[in-house]
Amino acid sequence: MSQGFGRMHRKEDPRFVRGQGYFVDDVQLPGMLYGAVLRSPHPHARVLAIDTLAAEAHPKVRAVITGETLQERNLAWMPTLSGDRQAVLATDKVRFQGQEVAFVVAEDRYSARDALELIDVEYEPLPAVVDARRALDPGAPLIRDDLPDATSNHIFDWETGDAARTGAVFDDAEVTITQDMLYPRVHPAPLETCGVVAHFDQVSGKLTLWATTQAPHAHRTLYAMVTGLPEHKIRIISPDIGGGFGNKVPIYPGYLCAIVGSMLTGQPVKWMEDRSENLMSTCFARDFHMRGELAASRDGTIRAIRVTVLADHGAFNGTAQPTRYPAGFFGVFTGSYDLEAAHCRVTGVYTNKAPGGVAYSCSFRVTEAVYLVERLVDMLAYELDADPAELRMRNLLRPEQFPYTCQTGWTYDSGDYPRTLRLALEIAGYAELRKEQLAERARGQLMGIGISFFTEAVGAGPRKHMDILGLSMNDGVELRIDPTGTAVLRISVQTQGQGHETTFAQIVAEELGLSPDDVEVVHGDTDRTPFGLGTYGSRSTPVSGAATAIAARRVRERARIVAAAMLEVDPADLEWEKGRWFVRGDPDQGRTLAEIALAAHSSLELPDGVEGHLDASCVYNPPNLTYPCGAYICVVDVDPGTGKVSVRRFIAVDDCGVRINPMIVEGQVHRGLADGIGMALMESIAFDADGNCLGGSFMDYLLPTSLECPAWELGETVTPSPHHPIGAKGVGESATVGSPPAVVNAVIDALRLYGVRHADMPLTPAQVWRAIQGRPLRTDLAIS
Amino acid sequence: MTIRIAMTVNGTEYARDVEPRLLLIHFLRDELGLTGSHWGCDTSNCGSCVVWLDAKPVKSCTLLAAMADGHAVRTVEGLEQDGKLDPVQQGFIECHGLQCGFCTPGMMMTARWLLDHHPDPDEAQIREAISGQICRCTGYENIVRSIRWAAEHNAEHKEQP
Repeated sequence: MSQGFGRMHRKEDPRFVRGQGYFVDDVQLPGMLYGAVLRSPHPHARVLAIDTLAAEAHPKVRAVITGETLQERNLAWMPTLSGDRQAVLATDKVRFQGQEVAFVVAEDRYSARDALELIDVEYEPLPAVVDARRALDPGAPLIRDDLPDATSNHIFDWETGDAARTGAVFDDAEVTITQDMLYPRVHPAPLETCGVVAHFDQVSGKLTLWATTQAPHAHRTLYAMVTGLPEHKIRIISPDIGGGFGNKVPIYPGYLCAIVGSMLTGQPVKWMEDRSENLMSTCFARDFHMRGELAASRDGTIRAIRVTVLADHGAFNGTAQPTRYPAGFFGVFTGSYDLEAAHCRVTGVYTNKAPGGVAYSCSFRVTEAVYLVERLVDMLAYELDADPAELRMRNLLRPEQFPYTCQTGWTYDSGDYPRTLRLALEIAGYAELRKEQLAERARGQLMGIGISFFTEAVGAGPRKHMDILGLSMNDGVELRIDPTGTAVLRISVQTQGQGHETTFAQIVAEELGLSPDDVEVVHGDTDRTPFGLGTYGSRSTPVSGAATAIAARRVRERARIVAAAMLEVDPADLEWEKGRWFVRGDPDQGRTLAEIALAAHSSLELPDGVEGHLDASCVYNPPNLTYPCGAYICVVDVDPGTGKVSVRRFIAVDDCGVRINPMIVEGQVHRGLADGIGMALMESIAFDADGNCLGGSFMDYLLPTSLECPAWELGETVTPSPHHPIGAKGVGESATVGSPPAVVNAVIDALRLYGVRHADMPLTPAQVWRAIQGRPLRTDLAIS
Repeated sequence: MTIRIAMTVNGTEYARDVEPRLLLIHFLRDELGLTGSHWGCDTSNCGSCVVWLDAKPVKSCTLLAAMADGHAVRTVEGLEQDGKLDPVQQGFIECHGLQCGFCTPGMMMTARWLLDHHPDPDEAQIREAISGQICRCTGYENIVRSIRWAAEHNAEHKEQP
């Protein structure tokens, strides 16, 4: 029985439940050596001298690499995804705590670590800046004195929208709301840390990397550019990946060090970072200081939004987003509402903190945008003493307005927002909840109900607008039907748990009437797959899913010609039903895809210009992003004595268009909802005044467990994307984007009795307790 | 310096000369090639490394291999018996209890222990049992369902030869 779209068990699972997943740290090669990175204890210091003699004398050490070693190969610096440069190993200064200073290659993991202790680095500590708001102060320490002409820590200014029109609306608005908000620095923290096994074959000159990468092809191109190795001599194998969430998009210094280590020793070198290295040095997320302003009428009509952002990019500008979007897709801060005007200005600055910046399932900073607008809308409800659900319903875009171009120029493709919100309110039993809340308040209990409505912008992207380091964000697929009728699909995107082996097989199955079991999905190996930019920003289904459907349709059309030759009829006289072409009006006269495939490989004579075999490829250039949406409702109880927040219920209605495998979609939504609880209540990479990172382990960087998460209550609406071949929209990040404001809005709602209007995440018991006391404090700095 | 240690892992006897400070997780993965158990955090917080030591779940990233000398260890590789998946393994497939698969072996080892001692756990008991472990993919809901599925199918599993 063929099956296309629908619930089915994942093809990946049999290996994982047996412990037979194959992750980078599972790779064992003959003669493999182990690398370890020496990191800076200082957030900002001059490197005066590095003495490696004792480490080199360790009996099990095979190589010690410093910035000087790399300089000889012109590899001491590497380009970042934002066109800046980043030190691979420090040569002049260290610029954040945890920065890479030296690399040891030894015969085993433990010896490599031991040898780090034997390296003596002489530092001259310098004043550090870890508070972005101080980064542009006159006299602030200059972090990037390596850049010619650098005179301050300023990176960029970027703006979008119409400042004058927005100003005019604000000038005559009946109500305005202003609030400073911090979206704190958080970290994607996949359970598998980042790592690589580098094997440079000195005879063939071929470099093979087993790497934790979400973007194997893009990495291969970058390695070619950085190392000077010819690109065809580089093979990236991305085996099973233990979660990514954006953490595994950039290239990290450890990867390059392992490559050089393999070149120097002639043996494979494995490097896996530990958890502290992961949290302290790799791609963080958020760290947006936002001032949001909202203009409205007394009747609750939202008219304009104005935002000023100070973006903390850390010591190197390594944010991962399309080139022309230095603040990612934050421009969709106009949210799900029909505004008269909007304007935003973002300033990026360097600080003595780890680089990175666009990660953690953020859809290129739509997360920050949604948080901002949904907090502002709740504050307006507070100000007007309006119900936040009714206020949103009043202002939501109406179905007939789509496609809708918002005030900052993004064209939302489709959606039925009121229906989505209504469904969420129904599932929640909203009216009853509000009654219960009144009763609870009367008893002195702090119950809160929080709503968020989000519009996502995912599936980058159209090549005329979007590239990363000059590479267009288009992805290829190759589909081959075997002579016996099974199929092999090769894709460029890279699963980190999303279940591509299943969903992509289902797309082919749906289009060609095969069983998904008969479709092998090949991925994660640049020698065996077509080029593409990889998986992040919820782009796999919007881009490569579309490419797959189109390739399958091309195969179908080729099959039609072959079937026509087999049946000796005109192709125009054939009709398709799942899995088979037949003669119109004579259904018995037909050929199955398997019969056609065999014939396509046989001696059957084909019309002129028609090639044998049965295969097709496609490189997909999306005409637009896809715009999923959702309505979330969170119910919390706050302990007035301790400030502890318990999430009682969480209702999530998502519209991601057509669902290929609803089971997988729901799983992805579950994940993002847990992220929201984590970010709203627990997670933060904080720093002390001296620049010490205070979030460097899972004892300090708290993640939600089964006890913080409720049983999720999901609902769905389906508004197919009009421009996507199967009507699907990306969903991998929707819940991470949409859930944090629902949780925060619920907590603030619970604290209404105390007149609390806003408190920054994470709403830890201490933060909530302070808010109750009327003194909310910043949470990202251990500075009061 | 090395010391000689011996232990039973999934019913098979192993003896090795190892560094005294070698962690149990590294012994299992690097010495025995049992890579189903994973290392995730260093600090006993994530539970990717959970195995059984003498029929109790432990975090093998914070145990020395030498501490397992003379003991019996069971890992995810020992769950499947005679070519038949344990109901816990089947439950994770049935209820989509995993995505990236990294935390899964540790979760399943804890789940197996729970069901051996509490054959009919409710949702709260399941959440409590796995609360010392982290999953970044599932939001836990489907893990809870998977373990419930296993509880409901435990009996028929045991009845089979």
